[in-house]
Amino acid sequence: MHEKRFHKRSIFLIAYMVFALLPVYWMVNMSFKTNTEILASFALFPQHFTWENYHLILTDVSWYSGYINSLIYVALNTVVSITVALPAAYAFSRYSFLGDKHVFFWLLTNRMTPPAVFLLPFFQLYTTVGLMDTHLAVAMAHLLFNVPLAVWILEGFMSGIPREIDETAYIDGYSFPRFFVRIFLPLIKAGVGVAAFFCFMFSWVELLLARTLTSVNAKPIVATMTRTVSAAGMDWATLAAAGVLTIVPGAIVIWFVRNYIAKGFAMGRV
Amino acid sequence: MSASNKPVNQKAWFLILPVLVCVAFSAILPLMTVVNYSVQDIISPERRVFVGTEWFVAIMRDEELHGALLRQITFSLAVLLIEIPLGIALALSMPAQGWRASVVLVVVSLSLLIPWNVVGTIWQIFGRSDIGLMGAALQGLGIEYSYTGNAAHAWLTVLLMDVWHWTPLVALLGYAGLRSIPDAYYQAASIDGASKLAVFWYVQLPKMRGVLMIAVLLRFMDSFMIYTEPFVLTGGGPGNATTFLSQFLTQKAVGQFDLGPAAAFSLIYFLIILLMCFVLFNWMQRVGTQAKEGDHA
Repeated sequence: MHEKRFHKRSIFLIAYMVFALLPVYWMVNMSFKTNTEILASFALFPQHFTWENYHLILTDVSWYSGYINSLIYVALNTVVSITVALPAAYAFSRYSFLGDKHVFFWLLTNRMTPPAVFLLPFFQLYTTVGLMDTHLAVAMAHLLFNVPLAVWILEGFMSGIPREIDETAYIDGYSFPRFFVRIFLPLIKAGVGVAAFFCFMFSWVELLLARTLTSVNAKPIVATMTRTVSAAGMDWATLAAAGVLTIVPGAIVIWFVRNYIAKGFAMGRV
Repeated sequence: MSASNKPVNQKAWFLILPVLVCVAFSAILPLMTVVNYSVQDIISPERRVFVGTEWFVAIMRDEELHGALLRQITFSLAVLLIEIPLGIALALSMPAQGWRASVVLVVVSLSLLIPWNVVGTIWQIFGRSDIGLMGAALQGLGIEYSYTGNAAHAWLTVLLMDVWHWTPLVALLGYAGLRSIPDAYYQAASIDGASKLAVFWYVQLPKMRGVLMIAVLLRFMDSFMIYTEPFVLTGGGPGNATTFLSQFLTQKAVGQFDLGPAAAFSLIYFLIILLMCFVLFNWMQRVGTQAKEGDHA
């Protein structure tokens, strides 16, 4: 009875994993084919295996600069989000002050606002201050949803740390900044990791704002990919290869935080 | 944000000041611009006329908007009905530790870190009947499958894509909730001779309630502003079949450049989200405190 149940669960899990991987596999498969092969024949494996598509992307500056641009603004956004969210999360988790609940709720609403609502104003705002087509513009725009999220996650982690630790440190003569950096930060390391993971994730996958706020110099890879639709038809092979390369950074990040994800969620907002 | 015995300290405002400055720049200023647009007719940058609530009235009567709103609500409900149970089932069947757990975690969460337009691209490639595995397979089964030509197929494909894309989030949250249950609970249950179903209903589900509520909130809000994936896959078509609210708004604002109606609609959209967020947030807080009181009892 027990064995059989275990069996059923494994089958369900394997079925889901096949469902999860099949579409990705299909794209990987296509990225190793040539366009003629894609359109001419239908095969589960590439018949004429080729690195040509990857070679094109990694040697053409208009392609690979997209990856660099994306990584720059994502990194910038993650660092700024975490830095400003840390003291705020501490304030929310440790003190009560005038309007704290309202501010907390208001921050959350920004996470929930559709970016499409802010599209036009952002465009105008960043044009006015001369930030259009810079990495900073995209990083700033993504703060809209990442800062509230970071505050939300970090506040959960900090609330899990007993307040006696703060009080003991103050009695021992620690100043607030020294206490925060030397004692408190190491305690919530996992929380910072999880928050950074989510900031990275939501900034990396966003297209609408990133595309609208850039044109040439800071054009992200997700926007570059839209140009494979040309007069000669779709360039499926290059599109697939570019898509595969956008998955790589995410896969690397997941591998590093895999043990924190579950722990992080559990300690965080539960 | 639930404990009320925290010391009062108004200086804590200084700690949240950086956040306020950042968010003010990226949220309040743009919102004010939207309010400004929504009550004016902008003929050219120099010529603008105050029109009051005209745009609001016009947009509320817009038939296309009603259609998009209805589709949006149907879509969001379908997403919740499929993804929450599937995510829970997945969380229950994921192994707790060992190398298998690592592999499963990475495979399951992979789709979350794929850029949204690439998600669209993956399904575009996967679903095409000439070059895609799914499209060709369905064609082989004798179904005239086409997500670009058939409205029902397009709608189902977008739904399937969303299930593929976001069920992992529910699963990860549920998995985290399950891992936080101490072994003692399971031991007590087995001493009582509880069935698997009873363990799920009285131990696992209540312990997952907190994270599941976050999952419901996040999935509802995010599916309510879905844009990129259907944009890449179907472009909102065929016809209007997969035009959801964000798509509708972007068409108005960027495509037709109807600033006034687009801004008026933005505000209505924003208020709908705000209202739902408020209801869900309060509900979560209330259930959260109830759960805490239950623990003490």
